[in-house]
Amino acid sequence: MLSFLNGISQNLDTYLVLSGILFAIGSFGFLARRNAISMLMSIELMVNAVNLAFIAFGAFSPALAADASSIALIVIASAAAEATVGLAIVIAIYRNKKTPLVDEYDAMRQ
Amino acid sequence: MTLPSTIPLLGFGWNDLLFLVFAALMVISGLAVVLQRDILRSGLSMIFCFAALAGLYVLLGTPVVAGAQVLVYIGAISVLVLFAIMLTQTKVAPRALVFQTQALPAGIAAVILALLIGLTVVSTAWPAQAAATAVQAADLATKLFSAYTLPFEIVSVLLLAAVVGGVFLAKRERGEAE
Repeated sequence: MLSFLNGISQNLDTYLVLSGILFAIGSFGFLARRNAISMLMSIELMVNAVNLAFIAFGAFSPALAADASSIALIVIASAAAEATVGLAIVIAIYRNKKTPLVDEYDAMRQ
Repeated sequence: MTLPSTIPLLGFGWNDLLFLVFAALMVISGLAVVLQRDILRSGLSMIFCFAALAGLYVLLGTPVVAGAQVLVYIGAISVLVLFAIMLTQTKVAPRALVFQTQALPAGIAAVILALLIGLTVVSTAWPAQAAATAVQAADLATKLFSAYTLPFEIVSVLLLAAVVGGVFLAKRERGEAE
């Protein structure tokens, strides 16, 4: 019973499919949500999906394992910088427009 | 006593059980992040998503990256996001429309994207399908400070710039009335 799942955690494909699913969830959130902070959270989901793919590729090719971990650490640091600046921009815009909804930011359309 | 190599009745190993639990938690909480009406709850679901990812990193044999994930994402970025949510939360916001008017095309596009990635992954014969091996922290440190020294230094400058820029952007102008 369920023995076809044996070895699922030792298979590169499952991790890559999982990372693709997470990336798709993040892209849906980025396209569909109206709140600027929700969009930033979706970007974080996408960054994490790419990181999972990096780590999975590294884990299944032993010569590249340390490289993959280094790249993942650098990606995590860049994502932290991106989140800091993004949230600061959202707070600065919120102070002027009094709304976090991106479709009401139409100052450059008029 | 030692655990049997496969779980009785289920027929797969303990790592597989952990993988299934973490994967399910990650996908469900990821969906909760983008679908939930209350943005504070989606911020809290994001923490569960990051924790499940840290578990997957441990399963893949990279405990250092899992530790960085817990410290940076769960400890710092989630708190930052929650603070930003509380600073920008208005009374009307939870009752207003959550999604854009083009949410349905966006959902279709996301499903197609997931299917395409899945098809590509399954149909490609990836080289080096060895079993997952653990990364020693010493190897990682050697690699990070030899081959990746320049990116490491650039990232430190980037973080400094981000901190200064974040403080400057979020700072209230002098004399600005609240």
